[in-house]
Amino acid sequence: MNVLNLNQNEIQESRDFAMRIANQVSAWIEKHSTVSVERSILRLFGVDGINEIDVPMVNVMVDDICKHADIRNGASVYLASALSYHQLTLTGFIAKYQRKEISLVNVPLLTQEAAKKILMPYVVDRMRRLKDNRTQRDTFISKYPEPKTQKYVIVATGNIHEDVTQAKAAAKAGADIIAVIRSTGQSLLDFVPYGATTEGFGGTFATQENFKIMRRALDQVSNEEKRYIKLVNYASGLCMPEIAAMAAMERLDVLLNDSMYGIIFRDINMQRTFVDQYFSRLINAYSGIIINTGEDNYLTTSDAVEEAHTVLASQFINEAFALKSLLPRKLMGLGHAFEIDPTIENSFLYEVAQAEMARQIFPESPLKYMPPTKHITGNIFRAFEQNTLFNVATILTNQSIHLLGMMTEAIHTPFLSDRYNAIENAKMVYTTMASLRDEISFKEGGVVEQRAQFVLHRAHELLRDISQIGLFHALEEGVFAGIKRPYDGGKGLTGVIEKSPLYFNPFEDKMREELS
Amino acid sequence: MKIRPYGDTFHDGKVQVSFTLPLKADALGVEAAKLLAKKMNLVDPQVVSAEDIHEGFGFFVVYGTMPYEIQTDDIHVQEIESKTLSREEIEGLIHENFDRDLVFVGASTGSDAHTVGIDAIMNMKGFAGHYGLERYSGIKTYNLGSQVDNEDFVRFAKKVNADVLLVSQTVTQKDIHIQNLTDLAELLESMGMRKQVLLICGGARISHELAKELGYDAGFGPKKYAEDVASFAVLELIARKKESEEAK
Repeated sequence: MNVLNLNQNEIQESRDFAMRIANQVSAWIEKHSTVSVERSILRLFGVDGINEIDVPMVNVMVDDICKHADIRNGASVYLASALSYHQLTLTGFIAKYQRKEISLVNVPLLTQEAAKKILMPYVVDRMRRLKDNRTQRDTFISKYPEPKTQKYVIVATGNIHEDVTQAKAAAKAGADIIAVIRSTGQSLLDFVPYGATTEGFGGTFATQENFKIMRRALDQVSNEEKRYIKLVNYASGLCMPEIAAMAAMERLDVLLNDSMYGIIFRDINMQRTFVDQYFSRLINAYSGIIINTGEDNYLTTSDAVEEAHTVLASQFINEAFALKSLLPRKLMGLGHAFEIDPTIENSFLYEVAQAEMARQIFPESPLKYMPPTKHITGNIFRAFEQNTLFNVATILTNQSIHLLGMMTEAIHTPFLSDRYNAIENAKMVYTTMASLRDEISFKEGGVVEQRAQFVLHRAHELLRDISQIGLFHALEEGVFAGIKRPYDGGKGLTGVIEKSPLYFNPFEDKMREELS
Repeated sequence: MKIRPYGDTFHDGKVQVSFTLPLKADALGVEAAKLLAKKMNLVDPQVVSAEDIHEGFGFFVVYGTMPYEIQTDDIHVQEIESKTLSREEIEGLIHENFDRDLVFVGASTGSDAHTVGIDAIMNMKGFAGHYGLERYSGIKTYNLGSQVDNEDFVRFAKKVNADVLLVSQTVTQKDIHIQNLTDLAELLESMGMRKQVLLICGGARISHELAKELGYDAGFGPKKYAEDVASFAVLELIARKKESEEAK
């Protein structure tokens, strides 16, 4: 059904342009790794814990290779060579290394083939855990089928134990998805903090232990409520693939994981981000984790009416990159937002046009729809009205992941009652308008249809231009959100590694093999 | 003038409060809510809504009468005294008084990842129909974005000979912004740069009074736009220029 009379040719060509853009970058990605990709390989192998000065062991090992050997060969070949030379098992080696009784680097290097042979049994064994998690999630979901539109709320107290209380309350009130917002600033740390944490600013640190604590609590609520409650965290920033690895091990269900967000909004170097997003998405594809992309953020700095096409263009690009990581469309929670200034006449129609257009163009994707934030004034009553409009647009256009707006947006991180009232608002809209979508068709040549066609047309033009100049160059020109980022600028560039002929990533190889 | 909150009749003192208690919304919960309202000195409080929102947590909406009044003549507010000029007036003043562009450097500093505040003031597009500083002729702007270290911020300001520093703070949980703003003021002081620049902070929870307390020249809260900031800055820079010329 083509309810908005969208130009199918433009859609197909936009997809082709996006794939051309992703192909250009992928050819470059293949030749590179990063320190965080190497650390996530070690995490997948089971390296965990911290040293005496709180540095994560995966950082200690990778730094060791950077300083005393050649990281261009990748961490795997050093690990295999050390196991072979010392005649140790993986766990035996990790324990001895942690006690500083043994070296990772001062051993003769094996050939790539020999190294792969040594590591393969461990890879298979460690990947079983990821597969088991996936099966467990599938079992939950077949037991408790998920609703078509899922209500998503955030908790952000800074203290994981307090987060648990808030998350349980939200789940019991009707939320289907809980995101634990990260402490502000974590995206720029080049390591992942360790252990359960009770202090954070504007959020709670993403640590593997915190993931475990929240997963346990939500599993309990899932069984009590007979609904599977999904857990979300953020695979973004300098440790993007490591977070993906940890999330895969602890059965998170959704990860914020954008191919360009870090570049644009966190000034992370573009080379670093492109390599990191590739491997993190491959892990997500293997683990059945839904990614959420961050296009909603474009509209927090740019105008939602004038720049709507950049959101669509970015969705196409995110889709193409995700496909390069073998992520199926049903795991692509492409993002968009309800951010038009509500004082504009017919702004609700434009919102519906944008949301329905995304629904039409990405029919299989669990689209993630973000609430108003930019035009929230502090008047909680007005914000509540805006959120009601947003909820109507959500249900009218059949969005999948519905991030509920808070009336206290821009005042404080949500109180228990803020979240409760937001959920009640959404529930009332869902109930009272349950079949509204089936009753409505858009007027041919009307405001909604024309708007959607116009946005698609402009996105198509933009993608064509980017495919001609290349994505690296487009980002330098500030195509998205009006923010310019230099190729060699930003954070994390020193962590980009050009692979040597000896380099291999055994998890990448095995995941690709099993997925294709 | 003496005033109280206004419901539908002058001086009726009607107010509404809502809160969550770690209690069920049963008779005991309602009574507890009422007693707390009385402790707030609300006269004749009525719990108009009581709902269970989680096991052992109730949400209460209460109306009551505020018995106090205040004398408005006694109120002293520290407000920015400069008037707000239009963009054209500001541009005119700059061209009359300076033979160079004024340099504004802005950032969301510390661990704060939000750029919405600084963007609203600086971006070409501005916010809610108020153009940002980038659009002003006679103003050279540098928006360094979010999560900028105070050290980097100051170093950059020095490099470009900034006239005005704009610091945006959005995250205020656990008063992290107070510490960060204080650190910046101290850093400028210790580098001997404090007097050479206008130091201005802004954010949803920032008031002019707080800004003055922290050693800033001005603070801008909600509903303030580029022209408010620019008017203050340009008038102040002109005043300072005249002062130093007279001193010579």
